[in-house]
Parts: sequence; C-alpha cells; structure tokens
Amino acid sequence: MGLESNVNQPFITTTMDSVINWGRQYSMWPLPFGTACCAIEFMGVVSSRYDISRFGAELVRFSPRQADLMLVMGTITHKMAPVIQQIYDQMPNPKWVLSMGACASSGGFYDNYSVVQGIDELIPVDVYVAGCPPRPENVLDAVCKIQQKISTEKAAAWR
Amino acid sequence: MDQASITEKMESRFGDAIIAKTDSCGQHAITVRAGDLLSVATHLRDDAELSMNMLVDIAGVDYLEFPLDENGEGRGWRYEVVYQFMSLGKNHRYRVKVAVDEDDLHVPTLATNWGVANWMEREVYDQFGVIFDGHKNLVRILNHHEFEGHPLRKDYPINRRQKLSKPIEHIIPEDPEWA
Repeated sequence: MGLESNVNQPFITTTMDSVINWGRQYSMWPLPFGTACCAIEFMGVVSSRYDISRFGAELVRFSPRQADLMLVMGTITHKMAPVIQQIYDQMPNPKWVLSMGACASSGGFYDNYSVVQGIDELIPVDVYVAGCPPRPENVLDAVCKIQQKISTEKAAAWR
Repeated sequence: MDQASITEKMESRFGDAIIAKTDSCGQHAITVRAGDLLSVATHLRDDAELSMNMLVDIAGVDYLEFPLDENGEGRGWRYEVVYQFMSLGKNHRYRVKVAVDEDDLHVPTLATNWGVANWMEREVYDQFGVIFDGHKNLVRILNHHEFEGHPLRKDYPINRRQKLSKPIEHIIPEDPEWA
C-alpha cells in the first residue's frame, strides 16, 4: 500500500497492519478443493452444528479468483497434481492453504504409485490438519490457527 | 439354479474348453482360454435357463507370486481376466475366468455386446497390460497419460511414482460411441 511506504512512522504502519489483518482474518473466503471423504466432513463443518460461519469463513467461493483460503480435502493423485497447481496459481494474493486430513498432508493411508505424498510437494501449506477424517472441531481449530497466523503478518509482505 | 448345476450345464456344453474349475466361498468359476470367451459368454446370456444378461465386473489377476494352483500343480499362465455375470431375472451369478499367458496378452473384447465392458476393459488394460482385441478405444483410464508401465502387476514396485507434467487436452476418439 502506498501510504505505508511513504509515511515512515511505526504507529501508523502497525495500526494499518492490525486493521488490514483484522479484516483478512475474520472474513476469509474458503475455496473447497474437495476430492474425497474429507470433503464430506467439510460439509459437516459448514453446516449448522459445527458452524464455520462463526469464524467469518462463511462465504464459500468455488472460483479461485474470488477466494483466499484453499482447503485441500482429500487424496490428491498424480493425475490431479497439475490441476491443483493451476488452481493455486489462479488465486490472487493474499492466499492461505489448509491441508485437511491425512491424505492431503502426507499421502495418508496410500503409499503407492498414484498418490502425491503430501500436497506440500506442490504448493506451500500453512496449516496441516491430521485425522482421517479430522473431527469438525479440528478443522475449526485449524481455521483459528490460520487467523492467529494472519494477525502476526505484515500487510506489505503480500505484495 | 445353484452353482453346482450351472457348472454341470457348462461342462456338458463346453467340456473340453474348460481348463480349470474353481470354487471360492461358494462361487463357482470355470477357466477357459481366450478363444472360447465369446462363445461361453453368449451362451450364458442366451440360454433360457441361465439368462445371465448382466456383466457385473471384469477384474484382472496376476499370479506371478502364486505359480501353483489349489491342487499344488503348476498353473501354466500368469494372468487371468475374471468376468462376473449375473442374471437379473433368475437371480443367480456365475464367474468365468480367462487364462492369459505372458507372451500372448490378447483377449477378445466383450464391449461390442455388453456396453459396460468398455471402461472395465480399459481398466484391466491400464493396470495389467492385457490387450482386448476389437476394443476401439483401448487407452489408459485411471493412470495419467504419461504413465509408463502397468502398476498392478506384481513386478511393478508399488512405491514408484511418476509425476505428470501437464494435464491432457480433451480428446474425442474417432468413434464417439467408444468414448
């Protein structure tokens, strides 16, 4: 942002940072990249019992151009790897990635010829959620962790 | 009809074409050579008592690590393609296995008569390398287009991963009915 680089006074920058981060963390728009069973668990997370909308991440956007949090839910095979790469590249900055479940975090149950052993071979991941599938509370905790991570960021770092 | 009487019927019709008979948890199966598959399958479908009009599944087996059969004798072939048939009207099932040698991996296709066999045979080709003669679109279906080898064979190392560089462009086969 032009204002931050011109004004050299720390209190304005940090206040700007905190306002920008406050906006970003409490209104994350998830992009559900669901391929397998964890996507079904995610359907439970966005439903009324384990409500993800309490944390601001209500507006699920299926277009990467309009989302900022990519939730990779499910097994990613080598056939799918270029697709997930392309979708990640299509997301505008700032963007965060949450790897949900064992298959996305490490290949999980499937140590074989077709499964990518963890999506961090392809894209940078912010938070990994363990579980097969993780409990909805685990996913909500991961979203909270991403929110805490955002609160410590500098807004100019996403240039 | 129970399994034993179906097996008896098949034996009386195809006596010398049947090279082995197996019984797995109550499901009888006859093993034939590739050349007899079409006649066995059409007999199963057209016979009034059997009327097995539904092809349920086609699977492949690699016996590389099991060279002896249940009687302890040498099996003589490496691959088998297993066809499971079912009769919707009479509610009975039967299994037909085709013995495939390593050096002659050709089996006639059932996809001209049973439409569901199209993709099932593509899967057996993809995972085992068995070639189905007469199939007009025998390309990989599960693994990606840059994959080399046939992963469900026992001599393919299970951990060998082959990365894909870019996704395939959408391809329409020459005969769109065989897509």
